[in-house]
Amino acid sequence: MNTVAIKPVAATAGAASGNHAPKVVSQGVKVFYGEKEALHGVDLDINEREVTALIGPSGCGKSTYLRCLNRMNDVVEGCRVEGSIKIDGDDIYDRRIDVVQLRARVGMVFQKPNPFPKSIYENVAYGPRIHGIAQGKNELDEIVESSLTRAGLWKEVKDRLDKPGTGLSGGQQQRLCIARAIAVSPEVILMDEPCSALDPIATARIEELIDELRENYTIVIVTHSMQQAARVSQRTAFFHLGDLVEYGDTSQIFTNPKEERTQAYITGRFG
Amino acid sequence: MTDSALPMTAAMANRAPRKLVLNEKRVRSRYAAERRFRAYGIAAIAFGLFFLAWLFVTLVVQGYGALQQSKMRLDVNLDAATLAPGGKVDDTTLRAADYTALLRTALRDTLGVGSDRAQRREAYALLSNGADNELRRIVMADPTLIGKTVPVWVSASADVDTLIKGQIARDLPENQRRLKDRQIAWVDKLVADNRLKKRFNGALFVNGASSDPEQAGMGVAIIGSMYMMLVVLLTALPVGVAAAVYLEEFAARNRWTDLIEVNINNLAAVPSIVFGLLGLAIFLNFFGMPRSAPVVGGLVLSLMTLPVVIIATRASIKAVPPSIREAALGVGASKMQVITHHVLPLALPGILTGTIIGMARALGETAPLLLIGMVAFVVAYPATPFDPATALPVQIYMWAGAPERSFVERTSAAILILLAFLIVMNAAAVLLRRRFERRW
Ligand SMILES: Nc1ncnc2c1ncn2[C@@H]1O[C@H](COP(=O)(O)OP(=O)(O)OP(=O)(O)O)[C@@H](O)[C@H]1O
Ligand SMILES: [Mg+2]
Repeated sequence: MNTVAIKPVAATAGAASGNHAPKVVSQGVKVFYGEKEALHGVDLDINEREVTALIGPSGCGKSTYLRCLNRMNDVVEGCRVEGSIKIDGDDIYDRRIDVVQLRARVGMVFQKPNPFPKSIYENVAYGPRIHGIAQGKNELDEIVESSLTRAGLWKEVKDRLDKPGTGLSGGQQQRLCIARAIAVSPEVILMDEPCSALDPIATARIEELIDELRENYTIVIVTHSMQQAARVSQRTAFFHLGDLVEYGDTSQIFTNPKEERTQAYITGRFG
Repeated sequence: MTDSALPMTAAMANRAPRKLVLNEKRVRSRYAAERRFRAYGIAAIAFGLFFLAWLFVTLVVQGYGALQQSKMRLDVNLDAATLAPGGKVDDTTLRAADYTALLRTALRDTLGVGSDRAQRREAYALLSNGADNELRRIVMADPTLIGKTVPVWVSASADVDTLIKGQIARDLPENQRRLKDRQIAWVDKLVADNRLKKRFNGALFVNGASSDPEQAGMGVAIIGSMYMMLVVLLTALPVGVAAAVYLEEFAARNRWTDLIEVNINNLAAVPSIVFGLLGLAIFLNFFGMPRSAPVVGGLVLSLMTLPVVIIATRASIKAVPPSIREAALGVGASKMQVITHHVLPLALPGILTGTIIGMARALGETAPLLLIGMVAFVVAYPATPFDPATALPVQIYMWAGAPERSFVERTSAAILILLAFLIVMNAAAVLLRRRFERRW
């Protein structure tokens, strides 16, 4: 079972800033790949309806942490998670948790666009269908349209919904994946370097989209681009070698970091 | 950021600029080596193609004759008194009637043979032993013919057939020939009268076993093979896919699964005769299943095909990109949903291709079938897979062992037909792969 380390809230993970309540509360999160410890106890609170950026050099554990939030690590052989992660007060590593429901509440967008090799419509409709969200075809059509609209893709694809999703451009595919994620009405959306395979224009489009989605969703985004973190996020967490080094308001992290290592990383002295 | 700052070693930095116009000798020898290598490859392919062509040409040249059979036109008086004594026309009487007598009378009249017994015997030898069956079929299909004199085409005997096809030397001394001078004269007369000629040999495809080559066909073997393929499909495919899905998706990686994996791979390499022995011991001796039954043959072939299906299925499941699984898991699909909605559909073309190739191998397999009594003389079609039958390759094996000249050409024809089935199956596999080939 998970050992819940009862610790005082870590200093770096300063309590909710402004008027946003924490949606996700993680305490002492350790992740092991076999014997190897990839995260050494991360305490991090993620605020509701904000964009939280995770930055840090390659291999520091950003993806690992992100994948803890929807228990995607469960399918990695030999991966073990310790500590506690609570979403709206529920420990998601509790035995009684239904992982399927959890993943419906915590959607994910991956680094490489990965639409199903099915039609655009089917890509978006798949989630609602397996969760029985829509009553009948009309409602499903509505969900598909509104998801695609919110992902900013509707105008481009409304005449070719039955064409394969894999036939879209990279940026369109990534927006399709975002539409697919929001079609099941998640509360949290996890994005692991969603723009790393995209050109600057498609990237700008996605960043705009993230900014719009912030109205309704809690977003956690991993990025290697300092500029992107600065542009889209309200809070930024800096990871290094499996530790959460510093966490705070994005403006503060980028203008006035408290930690030496953060300073070094954002000014490009390592990474 | 850091990629551009790859350190350059001193050696790399200090090397003199390379000249493009190189030592001519070295270039020439390199090109020569390439040409030689290409020539070896072409020679190897030509070697293979040569033998393949040889095989096909021999088979076609030898087997082509079997597609035709010498038939005789006789004006048979379908005498009501012989066929339906007392005017009773029903199936039982018609089946039991003496058609041979009718045919022999017609033949005697045609050839003008008197009452000399030796002559008669020689005349009758021109007719196939199964000719009465052919006439029976005609009459039973249309009983209104009874009482009339109708022209019918019936098979000539194998000796006549070989003579017509020019496979018997006419200039041998009479006592070394199977046909005597008088018989040859009759044959020539019949040919001249347009009463004896080669016609399409439908019997080859529909008839069952017969010791008379002109009556022997592959019908029972084809049906037996089809039943077996059906059994293979119905057992090896579901069992193989289930095993592969379990091993790929559910089984933990440990010593046991490693052991199972090694054994499956070994199973694929086990000589087929061993499977025959296994089938004999288990299905026949232990479970007491019927001998010569396609269901047993099918089960034995399933055992052989199973590892092929498992290996193909595992390979195609592995080929499904992890990003698709992650995508499905990410929207909250359960493990079962990931497998049934995404993994299996994407793996299906590969699974089917593997299955078809495995079945094609099973179709041509002979050795295990010999052990479970498929070498059988079966005249009647098997109504169910539990009835005795043979299989195509076993039929070939049996015909190849028969001494008559007419069986030689039938053997080649049967091989051609088996090859045609195999080519169709393999082509289906290739098409399937082409059609569903995906790129991610
Ligand atoms: N499936 C795995 N098995 C074993 N080790 C892993 C696995 N996934 C990640 N790791 C290790 O865990 C550590 C953190 O990896 P992670 O993928 O979280 O890094 P990251 O911060 O996302 O890096 P990047 O920016 O390159 O994506 C790395 O040292 C990595 O080698
Ligand atoms: Mg990563």
